[in-house]
Amino acid sequence: MKVFIRSASCISPQKTFNADGFLNDPVEYIGTRLQTIEPDYKEFIDPKLMRRMSHIIKMGVATAKDCLNKAGVEMPGAIITGTAFGCMEDTITFLTRIIEMGEEMLPPTAFVHSTHNTVAAQIALHLQCHNYNTTFVQKGISFESALIDGMMLLKEQEANDILIGGTEEMVDTSFKVLTRLGLYKRHPVSNLDLFNDHSKGTIGGEGAAFFLLTDKDSPDNLASLTAVKTLYKPNSIADGIAAFLKSNDLTIYDIDLIITGKNGDIKNDEVYEELEDTLFKNNPIANYKHLCGEYPVSSSFALWLAANIAKSGEIPEIVVEKQTGKSPKTILIYNHYQNKYHSLMLVSAI
Amino acid sequence: MSSAVYIAGIGVISAIGNDVAGHLESFKQEKEGMGDITMLNTVHRGEIPVAEVKLTNEELIKITGLPANASRTSMLSLIAAKEALADAAIPGFENLRSGFVSANTVGGMDKSEDFFKEFLADNNKGRLRDVYDHECGSMTEIVADQLGVSDFLTTFSTACSSSANAIFYGARLIKSDMLDIVIAGGVDALTKFTLNGFNTLLILDKEFCKPFDANRQGLNLGEGAGYVVLVSDKVAATLNKKPYCKLTGYNNSNDAFHQTASSPDGTGSYMAMQGALKKSGLQPKDIDYINLHGTGTPNNDSAEGTAIKRVFDPVYPPMSSTKSYTGHTLGASGGIEAVFSILAIKHGIIYPNLRFQTRMDELPVEPVKHFISGQKIKNVMSNSFGFGGNCTSLIFSAI
Repeated sequence: MKVFIRSASCISPQKTFNADGFLNDPVEYIGTRLQTIEPDYKEFIDPKLMRRMSHIIKMGVATAKDCLNKAGVEMPGAIITGTAFGCMEDTITFLTRIIEMGEEMLPPTAFVHSTHNTVAAQIALHLQCHNYNTTFVQKGISFESALIDGMMLLKEQEANDILIGGTEEMVDTSFKVLTRLGLYKRHPVSNLDLFNDHSKGTIGGEGAAFFLLTDKDSPDNLASLTAVKTLYKPNSIADGIAAFLKSNDLTIYDIDLIITGKNGDIKNDEVYEELEDTLFKNNPIANYKHLCGEYPVSSSFALWLAANIAKSGEIPEIVVEKQTGKSPKTILIYNHYQNKYHSLMLVSAI
Repeated sequence: MSSAVYIAGIGVISAIGNDVAGHLESFKQEKEGMGDITMLNTVHRGEIPVAEVKLTNEELIKITGLPANASRTSMLSLIAAKEALADAAIPGFENLRSGFVSANTVGGMDKSEDFFKEFLADNNKGRLRDVYDHECGSMTEIVADQLGVSDFLTTFSTACSSSANAIFYGARLIKSDMLDIVIAGGVDALTKFTLNGFNTLLILDKEFCKPFDANRQGLNLGEGAGYVVLVSDKVAATLNKKPYCKLTGYNNSNDAFHQTASSPDGTGSYMAMQGALKKSGLQPKDIDYINLHGTGTPNNDSAEGTAIKRVFDPVYPPMSSTKSYTGHTLGASGGIEAVFSILAIKHGIIYPNLRFQTRMDELPVEPVKHFISGQKIKNVMSNSFGFGGNCTSLIFSAI
């Protein structure tokens, strides 16, 4: 059975949501943190309900609804989300109040919206959707876990029109803590110059991207999602990639474009550079994290990028590292998160 | 493709025992695990009862061998998952494709709380090692490494239905031939975050909880972990002992009513139970015992009771909420109660719903009040319903 990406919607630090062009006007940020460009949420969410919603919920509900609108689907057969940190804004709010108010007379709102399944739950609530609904929280493969579940549901013929998204919000507290943990650069950098900085650390990011997966063939589909695989601490990532391609009856020569998860951290990017000298030597290469920053479900941005490249046949210049000029039909996304979690996604033009 | 998925091993830790044998003993003695808070550093000590695992962090570190700063969540998870895997004793485990699918709701929050107090006073303070494993997925990663499982791992977080979702996801991974073995279930440790969270919702009983009782006042929070080892039919055939049972039915439906409250007619619960029955090919009359979600809150038990009436009326199987023993262990409850459901089939036992006095209006029957053994139990339904409308029912069936 073939799995198609019917539609996609993405809120990111770039003009990706309801944008006219396809990353043809990249937004530059100076610093170590990229924040999303906020759409007019009123178009998607009742302003009365919106007051109680944190950033991640607003992004999630808006992209989910936009994705359904684009697909012309009112009721998805399943709603599946991936997020590593979940609803950080409400979590931090509640933690702060516990301490500041000495555990007495706390308001419940932040707590009830702090659970990791809140985004998927709020989407279900908005749509009055009683179907399969779940949330994966496995660090750098949270989004891929959601995709694997959705593809399995399609193959089991348990559901169709499956809405799948990755959502992550960066709040001041998490940015500060992750900076102290050494994830980000110690000096401001232009995101558009990220790969020329050659230093330790990356830049933080956030965003939400939703996709509608279907088994129904249509000329309106964006692309087909051939396969998704996660690898945890693999012995050899090159062997893992080769095995993945082989299991899909492909070799590296069949791949027209590789989208890598390079994030500008010299240590992190060694893995990709080694592959570019070996297995990926003859492949066109694109990168994306200078546009959206590093975050655990950033691969959802990469999938949005790949699906739109497959549909349009054009590769936005801002993502190109090495190009051949051929319009890509078969795209491999390879991302790793802190060199522990590796993921592979195969996207093809329809 | 494996057509059936078998349960080859089980492991559990909660306030009423540190392993399966300890639980069976507490059940027989009708001894609940609730009491005053002794470990959590909170102002609610002496005021709100909880069901703590009867081991301090220091004792857990000794037992598990995890680092001194390990989250209680990871330690509880490791103990139960290890017990389950040892119980399964799968020949040639190393050469089979194995996965660890876990679940929890607040990950390493117990340690993050310590960090955050200092951090809030000064953003450059707070020991980073206390916040390093904050994420839910970190707990799974730590335990998977200890179990020697690396082919596949993931974590569910759907509030109180988390580990029920993990269990049937594990079964689906086996059925779709991605894996041969999955250790699946979930964990949660008591934290100030959840204690205060539930307290703000005014749904914590100041006495020991009375699930499904007309005069119920709320839930008691608990902690623990429960895991099952799921195997394909091929692996089941190689086992040195008979598997416990099969997982035959499962369904995940959403109530889509309110972020925290259940709909009055229990729409999500009803759909989850009906869906699980349909998946298993069973009729309501085939169910020999229902392990209720039965938190003890007025809202949950009313919605669940109403949904049970819609599914089962007029013939009701015996039912009880084992949360009257363990408290509500949140993300762990589906895993812990799956283990209890499996033990009910294996030993022919039904657990009492402790402290039950008065039948509630929503149901024409009462839950089981005393421990019963010598029953012939073929099919058990286990319910797990949570915030966000996430409702999941599982059905375990004798072989």
